[in-house]
Parts: sequence; structure tokens; C-alpha cells
Amino acid sequence: MYVYDQYDQQIVEDRVKQFRDQTRRYLAGELSGEEFRPLRLQNGLYVQRFAPMLRVAVPYGLMSSAQVRMMAKIARDYDKGYAHISTRQNVQFNWPDLEDVPEILAELATVQMHAIQTSGNCIRNTTTDQFAGVAKDEIIDPRPWCEIIRQWSTFHPEFTHLPRKFKIAVNGAVGDRAAIEVHDIGLEAVQNEDGELGFRVSVGGGLGRTPIVGSFINEFLPWQHLISYLDAILRVYNRYGRRDNKYKARIKILVKALTPQVFAERVHAEWVHLKDGPTTLTEAEVARVAAHFIDPTYKVLDDQDAALAALDAEHPGFARWRQRNTFAHKKPGYVAVTLSLKPTGVAPGDVTDKQFDAIADLAERYSFAEVRNSHNQNIILADVEQAQLFSLWGELREHGFATPNVGLLTDIICCPGGDFCSLANAKSIPIAEAIQRRFDDLDYLFDIGNIDLNISGCMNACGHHHVGHIGILGVDKKGQEFYQVSLGGSSGRDASLAQILGPSFAEAEMANVIDKIIKVYVERRNEEESFLDTFRRVGVDPFKERVYAANH
Amino acid sequence: MQRIIKNGQLVDESWHLLPKDATLDGISNCDDLIVPLALWVDHSTALKARDGGLGVWLEAGEEIEEIADQLDNFQVIALNFPAFTDGRHCSTAYLLRNRYGYKGEVRAIGDVLRDQLFSYLRVGFDAFALREDKDPLDALKAFEEFSEVYQASTDQPLPLFRRRA
Ligand code: HEM
Ligand code: SF4
Repeated sequence: MYVYDQYDQQIVEDRVKQFRDQTRRYLAGELSGEEFRPLRLQNGLYVQRFAPMLRVAVPYGLMSSAQVRMMAKIARDYDKGYAHISTRQNVQFNWPDLEDVPEILAELATVQMHAIQTSGNCIRNTTTDQFAGVAKDEIIDPRPWCEIIRQWSTFHPEFTHLPRKFKIAVNGAVGDRAAIEVHDIGLEAVQNEDGELGFRVSVGGGLGRTPIVGSFINEFLPWQHLISYLDAILRVYNRYGRRDNKYKARIKILVKALTPQVFAERVHAEWVHLKDGPTTLTEAEVARVAAHFIDPTYKVLDDQDAALAALDAEHPGFARWRQRNTFAHKKPGYVAVTLSLKPTGVAPGDVTDKQFDAIADLAERYSFAEVRNSHNQNIILADVEQAQLFSLWGELREHGFATPNVGLLTDIICCPGGDFCSLANAKSIPIAEAIQRRFDDLDYLFDIGNIDLNISGCMNACGHHHVGHIGILGVDKKGQEFYQVSLGGSSGRDASLAQILGPSFAEAEMANVIDKIIKVYVERRNEEESFLDTFRRVGVDPFKERVYAANH
Repeated sequence: MQRIIKNGQLVDESWHLLPKDATLDGISNCDDLIVPLALWVDHSTALKARDGGLGVWLEAGEEIEEIADQLDNFQVIALNFPAFTDGRHCSTAYLLRNRYGYKGEVRAIGDVLRDQLFSYLRVGFDAFALREDKDPLDALKAFEEFSEVYQASTDQPLPLFRRRA
């Protein structure tokens, strides 16, 4: 992974000093709350229902064991002993004291981490495929490009006060696990016929109140021009994005108002001035960054299909776990393993300090001392030897990471909701738990197969409910917490937004409603047909009929 | 008298900023004036005929393109920040310096606060009229907050990746 040189380290240390002084001035009354607010937000510090919440940046989800141990330390020393993996691959602490934040940032800087631009109206942490660099279907490793974007976006002087937050995602694989089409900018690394590298560029995707799938405005941007083109997009947005209404301030609204075609022309007109200037990327720089992402020292191994099949036969639990929680690796004899952070009864994505320490340990012993956070709020050991899989499984079970549910109905994406968030209409974590309890039969869950179930506590859509195969949204109905259900969303390559099923439901009904929806699917599906495909074939009506049937 | 930051120093303000609805009535001949864009657009000939210095100021939503071919007339271009969270004029300052080659003073006015000064300086501002309740002496510290930067901008035309040892 990327390792700071003296320049990167200096910038992060300067930031710690700067924020320490800003916090001091705020506490001394020299900065008003209103003046301090955007400053703290640009440092990942929200003030929430009970306490500030600090969002630590995990660039494109990658952490070393040393960094994971730092998460454990911060959770233990400054928080209540746990933290939360966010849907943008970051780590969130729910209970730090404002006074402690400068010290936390200083601690983070010792392991090359920070909280820069994890919130606020600026360019946020760039995200990517959690299997980057190891996926079998990868064409181009997105990580060096993410790092190049990270450096470009860090304290960009022209773009620190945008109309609204700005999120960039990069994908380099056949499948899209980075949901690029629901980002402000989505970049897909591609090769042209001559084998040259470039990017397909999507703009104006996003969730929130006005969910929109992005539009591709450039089918092939040669890699040298990545930064000048991003500068051009951001400049057009910074100048012309709406600032009069924060719900209409995302770039998606501008792109829609102008039409993607006109927006593309504006960007192009800006870009011709910047193209081939000093921001043109050099082979030397790309090579310098890419050198941090070369393969670790893999052994020459063979795939262990027979041995693993034998273990499967003997240990059905292992077989199940292997089926769901492992992912094919590009190197023979290796496999990527997802640690499920979704056991029933734990808020999805929560990790305790002890668990962080255990993860750091496991990463050292099994996976070259690195982990990745996924936007599905799980943690991945990307480079595990197949021959060690069985012993790893045993250890994961001890630590509560082996729930065999990755990609299944109970692997729920869920925002903090009313339990923590002051903007919530309704709680979301208890809904997740009620559904997990209802679907506790593993055979049934496996039979249902891949389902993305996403829950948000309000229309800000932190839980990505619009792109869940099943989406649940907390709504306020005359002061009561209700839930609206929608079906058919997808964040994959075939991105689509979910359709609302109908009137909302009370909390107590939710598990039943989901149960009915699943039953319709099971009855209607063709062999091997996924929930999403079935929904797309039969449409919303059969689901509606069942859920709102008269006896209900 | 207000003191402003110019080229990293505190200086006494010598320019008069005319309000948005200013007219030519009773306008001083000899004072150094920064006039609103509308006044310039309507009365450029009269304003050019004055003896005093001339500057123009733009609201955040006003576009520099409108006067891009007339920049020679101004010793000062002041860009108004209605709120420090409105970053539009950071792009304007960049364009003034890099696209339109403006060499005169580019001044930040309005809700100008210490914590934005470092980035304002980077994009091309060289003068800063801090919000009146703020201490400009304290704000001078802003310029030393970062010793290194990643991006190319007006102050540093080469991105770090072309300078890394
Ligand atoms: C607890 C306090 C939180 C607050 C107050 C909060 C607030 C918000 C708001 C206001 C938005 C909408 C912004 C917009 O539409 O432009 C938003 C979006 C979002 N939040 Fe949160 N959030 C919180 C926690 C989280 C957490 C824990 C996660 C990750 C699990 C998260 C992930 C996201 C994502 C991914 C979006 C973007 C949706 C999009 O693309 O538009 N948020 N958040
Ligand atoms: S979706 Fe709404 S309730 Fe959930 S975390 Fe975001 S703002 Fe809070």
C-alpha cells in the first residue's frame, strides 16, 4: 500500500497543528460555532445526537495492521471501545470528546492517517473495489489512480468550499463493486484498441434526496490528462453548481439542468485550457505511486480445490462459510476472505477495540499485514493462502467474524439511524436486527441467495436504500416512525434505482413484509434466477399484491 | 481606518469600496475607488476619465468573463465572498491570474476569515480585507500553516509530483 514520504507526512502533521489551533480558538471563543462548523466538518467531525462523531479517512479502504491497531487504540482510549466501518470505506468513532480530537489526529498522523475532507462540502475520500489488486476480473488496478486523486484532492485550494460534498469512485474490474455510477464522478479504468490506458468518466450520479444514475461524458480520457480533466469538471461545478438550496446543490442537479451533453461541452471548453499543462501526469509519477501497489511476495502455489472440497464434506459450516465469505483470487493457491461484521444483534459494521486488535493480528499472520474495508461495511483479508483457510476459519469463528452471510439477505447495509443520528426520521439498526432474527435459518438464506438489503433512517440515504435490491427508508408519519419499502435497485454495473412498493409500514410489521417479499420471489423465480433478475422480469405488481393483500 | 493584508503585510487601506447601488452622482475625481461591476458596465467612459485609481468588485455570482478584455483598466479587482463557505471566487481568482494574465491586485472582500487565507493566497489573491470584527494581525499566521502543497495553482505552478526529490 502507499507509504508516505517526507512531503505527505509534513502535510498531515501541518494539518494536525492547524486543527489543534482551530479547536483552541473555538474553545476560547475566538471562532464562533458557525465559523468553526465547516472547519471541523472538513476534518470529519460531526456533532451528533449524543456527542461528536469523528470520521477517519481510510483512503480507498486500505489499512495496514499498524493502522488497524491504531483504530483499536483510539476506540479504547478516546471512545467507548468500538467504532464503525462506514459505507464509504472509512472508520467512524461515535463518542469522542471535541477537546480530544487534536490529540486523536496527532495519534493518527503517527501511522500516516488523518480525517481530512471526510465530511464537509469538499472532495471526499476516493473509494474503490474492495478486491482491487487481487480480483480475477480486474483489468487495471485502480489503487494507484485513487492515490493520485487523493493527493490532488487533499487541500485543493480552489475546491475547498464547493456547493456541496463531492465523491469520486474508481473501478478497474469487469464487475463494478465500487458503485461508480452513483458517485459525483465515477471513473472506469479501460484500455483502448491500441492497448493504451484511459478512463471512462461518469458524472452526476448520487443518492440522497434525488437519486440519479450518472451519465458518461467521456468514453476515453487518456490517463495523462486525468488531473486536468478533474480540475475542469470541478471548476465548472464550483462556479455553476447551485448554492441557494442545499438539496439542489449536488453536481447531479447541475448536470441534469444543463443536460449531460451541455455539461460535457462546458467541461471540454474548460479543459482545452488546462490540457498538456503542468498537471499532466508523468510516467515517472504513475510509476512511483504504482510501485507501492505491486504484488506482495506471493508464493508459487497450486489451487487447493480437492483438499478444500474434502474439508467442505467434513465440515458443512466451513463449506457454507467458504461459499459465501471467500472470493476468487488472481493467484493460484490464494483466496480473498471477507470478515462479516453482520452477525445478528450487532449494529452492521461495528467493530470493538479487541476485534480490531484481532484483525490486525490475523492480517499479519494470514494476509501480508493489510486489510480492506468494503462499502458493504465488512473487512477483507485479501491474500490468504487456500491451505490456511481452514485454520483461519477457526480463528474467525472465535472472534465472531465468520457469520456465513456475505452478500445474503442478512448482510445488511444500514446507516446509524435514529439511535445516533440527529437527522433521522426513524431508527434503522433495530429494523436490521429484526430482519436478521426473522431470517435465522441458514439453509433458507442460502437458498434465497444474493440480496442487497439497504436501510436508511431518512432521505439523506446514508444507507444507500435507493440501490438496494430491497431498500428500506425511515419516514415520519404524524410523529411516528414508519418505513417505506422499495424494490429493484442495484449499485452494480447495471445500476438502477429502486421502485417504491407503496404505503409505508410500522416497525413491528417490517420483518413480515420482508418475509412476504421473499416468498413471492421464491415462488416466482426460475431456476438459478436471482432476486433482482426475478424482480426485473415480473415487475413490482406481484410483490405489491402479496404485501398489501386484504388479510393484511 | 481599516487595515488590510497586502503581500503578506498589514497596510492602511487607501481605497474606497463603493456599495452595490452606487451611482456617478457626487463621485470623487481623485480618490482611489473600487466600483461595483454594474457601475463599470454602465459608465466605463466616465470612470476612465477620472484622475483617481480605479478598481472593480464582483459579487460571487458575477462572472469575470464579462470584463476579461477590459482588465487593463483596473489596478484592483476585488472579489466578494458573501459567506466564507462560498468558494466561487477561488475559481475567479485562478482564472484572472492564469487565463487572463491579470497582474494587478486581486483582493478578497466580504466574509474573509483567517482559515481560508492560505487557499486564497494559493489561487491568486494578494490582498485580503478581513471581516471587520477579525484581527488581521492574527490572520497573518494563516500563511505559514502549510509548508508543502500537492496541487499546482497560481502560487506554485508545478504540482508536487513534478517537484518531489
Ligand atoms: C451519524 C451521523 C450522520 C449524519 C448526520 C449524516 C448525514 C448525511 C447527510 C445529511 C447526507 C446527505 C447529503 C446529501 O444528500 O448531499 C448523507 C449522505 C451520505 N452518508 Fe451520511 N450521515 C451520518 C452517518 C453516516 C454513516 C455512518 C455512513 C456510513 C455508514 C454514512 C454514509 C453516507 C453516504 C454514503 C452518503 C451519500 C449518499 C449519496 O451518495 O448521496 N453517513 N449523510
Ligand atoms: S440516512 Fe439519515 S438517519 Fe441515516 S445516518 Fe444518514 S442522515 Fe442519519
